[in-house]
Amino acid sequence: MPSAHLRVALVGNPNAGKSTLFNALSGLRQHVGNYPGVTVEMKKGRFTYHGIDFTLIDLPGTYSLAPRSPDEMVAVDLLLGRRAEEAAPDLILAVIDASNVDRHLYLTTQLMELGLPMVVAVTMTDTAAAQGIALDAAKLAAALGVPVVPVLASRGVGMDALRAALCHGGLVPVPPKFPDAVTGELDALVAAYPLVPRFLVQRLLFDVGGHIETWLTQTLAATLPAELTAARQRLAAAGCAVSGVEARTRYGWIRLATAGAVTKPATRLTTRTDRIDRVLTHKVWGTLAFLVVMFLVFQSIFVWAKPFMDAIDSGRGWVGDLLGSHMAAGPLRSLLIDGVIKGVGSVLVFLPQILILFAFIAVLEDCGYMARAAFLMDKVMSRCGLNGKSFIPLLSSVACAVPAILSTRVIENRRDRLATIVVAPLMSCSARLPVYALFIGSFLRDGYAWWLPGVTLFGMYLIGFLVAPLVALLLKRTLLRGETPLFVMELPAYKVPTLKTVLFRVYDAGSAFVKRAGTIILASMALIWASLYFPHHDAAGVSYPDRIETLEADDAPEGAKAEAAQLQGEWKRNSYLGRVGRGLEPAFAPLGWDWKIGVAALASFPAREVMVGTFGILYGVGEVDAKEVDNPDDEKAAGLKATLRKEWADDPIRGKYGVSVALSVMVFFALCCQCGSTLAVIRRETRSWSWPVFTFTYMTLLAYLGGFVTFQLGRVLTDALGG
Amino acid sequence: MATLNELRPGESARVVSLSGTPSLIQRLAELGMFEGETLTVVALAPLGDPIEVHLGNTRLTLRQQEAATVTVEPL
Repeated sequence: MPSAHLRVALVGNPNAGKSTLFNALSGLRQHVGNYPGVTVEMKKGRFTYHGIDFTLIDLPGTYSLAPRSPDEMVAVDLLLGRRAEEAAPDLILAVIDASNVDRHLYLTTQLMELGLPMVVAVTMTDTAAAQGIALDAAKLAAALGVPVVPVLASRGVGMDALRAALCHGGLVPVPPKFPDAVTGELDALVAAYPLVPRFLVQRLLFDVGGHIETWLTQTLAATLPAELTAARQRLAAAGCAVSGVEARTRYGWIRLATAGAVTKPATRLTTRTDRIDRVLTHKVWGTLAFLVVMFLVFQSIFVWAKPFMDAIDSGRGWVGDLLGSHMAAGPLRSLLIDGVIKGVGSVLVFLPQILILFAFIAVLEDCGYMARAAFLMDKVMSRCGLNGKSFIPLLSSVACAVPAILSTRVIENRRDRLATIVVAPLMSCSARLPVYALFIGSFLRDGYAWWLPGVTLFGMYLIGFLVAPLVALLLKRTLLRGETPLFVMELPAYKVPTLKTVLFRVYDAGSAFVKRAGTIILASMALIWASLYFPHHDAAGVSYPDRIETLEADDAPEGAKAEAAQLQGEWKRNSYLGRVGRGLEPAFAPLGWDWKIGVAALASFPAREVMVGTFGILYGVGEVDAKEVDNPDDEKAAGLKATLRKEWADDPIRGKYGVSVALSVMVFFALCCQCGSTLAVIRRETRSWSWPVFTFTYMTLLAYLGGFVTFQLGRVLTDALGG
Repeated sequence: MATLNELRPGESARVVSLSGTPSLIQRLAELGMFEGETLTVVALAPLGDPIEVHLGNTRLTLRQQEAATVTVEPL
């Protein structure tokens, strides 16, 4: 009776068809596992075959087991059974691509050194056949010393044979033999560090400046680098320099192993990928195709998401109204409607954009285009210290920073990824648009040239396009300084994306956002609600909500509605946040702001989309729907603009310098990180509080400085031009 | 003798030696580029950098700066 439970680690190069195989084996029985302290996520799946329960662990795609970062170390530790939360696998399922056997076997030969039983699955046999490459699985199995099963996972071909091979438990292979000089140095190091597994000692010797060297130098012996250098020098003198001996030994062994098993045509046939690449990486056509793809992505995040976002918004309004009509007025009703339901709504409202962006990313990545996009954009992005892979996240940030930050996972290098995450919120997102619309519509439209509103709006977007690369460059020169990361990257063969892979990707992104960012967003929304709600009694001890309720009743006298709106304004003025705002008025003065602008800006910190609504309440016209700002038929929006113009005209500062103040507010909003969701996602993606705190701080300072410079410059200019 | 960044699209060469950082040499080996292998430069990105190289059935891209560390013998 074999063991009834087998743990299988699925390992392979990126683009080897590993995800498709994983999904085909485990179906819907899968979930994402997290590992403390690192950003690595590994999927786990389960399936049963012939009475054996399998747990399948999907390790991140990798070209080798030489770890360069703590993230890459997780996979190695897991294979060695060195992670507390995960027992060592019983069996390794190595995935190799039939059209590129030699290169994929490089990783396989490293896996052979783990001493675990192994089964090899050969994918892409159809692509290989189309290129005239023939693979004899039986001969390859004999040469490798492990079972070899050809599969076409997307069509279910060979899957039963693969499951059966896994049931038999695989075989323990004999790895390639290194020259005696290498083995001698290894034996000496193993003897000197008996607590470190031999596999890690070998990596220690081969990976110059790798993660294991750094880690063991810190934890075991400070003398380690000197010992390693001496050992490597001895190897170099013996003609086995570590820079070449590993590749030579492995590929030499692989050439012999595949000699009889894999036959290739004498001259390589031109493939479909070659033909597609002639267009898509072409200087002119490639650039054009790229612009079209980016336009599509961008347009769809903006346009396709809108009806869904509107539906979520009205759903939120509907639930709020329903609750409102069934509950007595009071703090609980207000908390539920203005805190919880608004909070839940503001979490869900991002979902359409996240899902659409990730559907695009999943398709672009699965079909192989993502690497080409990075290839085309690398030079431009390298000017600001980033690389080609940062382009798509930064572009999608113009729609919304939340999905953009989630999509930075494609950037392998930690420092580049952090720099991209930290500057992404500077791109002008769609939630800033209502603020721009309100102030441009109120102060920069009537009586000005027809092109001024458009140019001003463009200017606001330009701020993000200019400041984000500058901040990225600055970060890469200071906090995130380091060796230029390698750009060397594979351009995978094009293939038709599989629906399953795309759907799983989209589902993962959506659920990760709702589960992990949702709670923080909700909490911050509730906090702002409370600080604008309490105290809810006026000086005489009468409750504001009760008075407003009476005034808003259907049988209330003429003019009561206006009084209710006035009362709302008074209530917010006396709320804790209102008091803070009034207390901070001297701090807002250099920006040309009064306390109302200040409070609206403060209240917008969890979510900037509440700015227009809060403004309406503070100016006593009631809550204005942000979507209706530009609608001339919307009474409240038109009323808010008129009230703004009138109130500002009566004020000595804002009367004379109205345009400068409006611009100062817009520049502030353009540069400020007023988005709890963004910060929550940064916290989640960086697994640390310091990056969201840093992002918030630098952006708030930048915003204040921007607002200050804009207003002061505007004031000087206005005075110089004679008012 | 030349370096990889000096090859024009369409030109093939044999790798003679690699002089980059250890991690660059290692990454290139993982992707199949090591002494003795034959490669072909296929394309340059719109601004001339990075470059696209074919090695057997592997297509890879690397920056000019990285390619400059690969000494090749044009075929």
